[in-house]
Amino acid sequence: MPDLEARKVIELGYGGSERLVMNMGPQHPSAHGVFRMILTLEGETIAAMDSVIGYLHRCHEKLGETLTYAQYPSIASKTDYVAAMTSELAYVLAAENIGKIEVPKRAQHLRVLVAELQRIASHCLWLGTWCLDMGGALGGGATVFLYCFRERENVLDLFESLTGARLLYGFHQVGGTRYDLPEGWAQRCRDTMTVIDRRLDEYEDMLETNTAFQVRSQGVGVVSRELAQEVGIAGPLLRGSGVDFDIRRDDPYSSYGDFDFRIPVETAGDCYARYRVRMQEFRESSKIVRQVLDGLPEGPISSKPALKSVGQVRIPKGEGYARVEGPRGEVGCYLIADGGPKPYRMKWRGASFSNLAILPHIVPGHKVADVVAIMGSVDPVFGEVDR
Amino acid sequence: MTPDRAISLIKERFGLEAAGEGRSLTVEGVPVEGWQEFFDFAKETLGCRFFSFLTAVDWKEQGVEVVCRVENLDEGVGILAKCRLGADLRCPTLTGRYRGADWMERECYDMFGVRFEGHPDLRRILLSQDWEGHPLRKDYAVDTPHAPYR
Repeated sequence: MPDLEARKVIELGYGGSERLVMNMGPQHPSAHGVFRMILTLEGETIAAMDSVIGYLHRCHEKLGETLTYAQYPSIASKTDYVAAMTSELAYVLAAENIGKIEVPKRAQHLRVLVAELQRIASHCLWLGTWCLDMGGALGGGATVFLYCFRERENVLDLFESLTGARLLYGFHQVGGTRYDLPEGWAQRCRDTMTVIDRRLDEYEDMLETNTAFQVRSQGVGVVSRELAQEVGIAGPLLRGSGVDFDIRRDDPYSSYGDFDFRIPVETAGDCYARYRVRMQEFRESSKIVRQVLDGLPEGPISSKPALKSVGQVRIPKGEGYARVEGPRGEVGCYLIADGGPKPYRMKWRGASFSNLAILPHIVPGHKVADVVAIMGSVDPVFGEVDR
Repeated sequence: MTPDRAISLIKERFGLEAAGEGRSLTVEGVPVEGWQEFFDFAKETLGCRFFSFLTAVDWKEQGVEVVCRVENLDEGVGILAKCRLGADLRCPTLTGRYRGADWMERECYDMFGVRFEGHPDLRRILLSQDWEGHPLRKDYAVDTPHAPYR
């Protein structure tokens, strides 16, 4: 029966009606981390998707119960390691809310300053890696990627001279911040913002006039307003789907109420809309950074003494949920304090975890190549997904 | 919808006290059997369509408590509801109401062993499928031995 066998092989291989299960990941360059997608394909179209996460799980929530309020902020930065300032801030805000701890005005301004610089650095990373994923269509592959890293380095240099670290800072402490601006830092920061504002125009020129870029991002990965809210995606994804919500404006923390900025919203819900939202956020962030530098009040940077021992911060019994608007959306910390130096329970609401959960709802129906564009526009950081 | 209006509506419908300052309210003691009904009400009547997070807290002898937060983004009302579970750790699922509950409930099952009844695909999400125990329970010591490689 050799003929029958041969026919079987041909039908399986080229018939087109067979379903094929394909693993994308765990090590796939477009995931920017370890993430396994199990795609069921019909030809090149995705029929169903399952995701496997947890490769980077470090049980941050259990760690949070075993480390003190003085120790944990610098570990919190390791959840979302490309936007470390954000998660540190969420943690100390939660503790301060429960303990009703005052934060001096200067420290609040400094917190806004680093949060916005962090947003710029994080969005640079997103834009660069996303354009790299979408590859050669964008004029030589790595062009935008290298340009964005050049700008991100400038911001990381600023962080380095402020905190001594380039990626994981330990800048916040309960009651304020640990470091004050060094001499001449403000001027360097202004110069960096001027450069970045100018470069953003260049990126937009390179991308938005590029037909390949438009075709790969417009109408791809559309998230409706209803789906966006039900799944709980946040940040630029939510605003790209037409929901006008930003914690910085609608539920202000630190001193965001003192600054004047705009919340960009797009209604298309596709990859291009998310791109537009983030590009506008870049400019708003640099606007806020300038305002902070202009109006930085003098005074102490913390209402608590500098950290000398691990158990020196105690938070009275109580519970609270504090959240901040990170580069990827709502980063929240639900904290239960029992009066001791460590929390009784700590829950991270990681923005990337909720954002990634949108994938199984929007990927089916797209081609395999579109998955890469959608993943990049979601901008997950796996440290925060897996925690 | 305003937070004050939400407080009176919850009181009227369920007889539960909602407390809080600003836009965030906390509702303690939602009964297990009324868990789904409460979120139907939160979604339809209070307009809380945004699913923020779901987790649990192990109160040792007092049992496990499930905590879930939803929010009305347009009008500024956030509801954090809590529900104390029985010893069997069973809780009705919210996946039919909020699609974001899918992964969050899987994580809660993974970490606490809470069984969400009616969840379409309740398996571990962050830990491997053959992991033993539920690490965020208070009786799971940090130095619980487990094989480093499987």
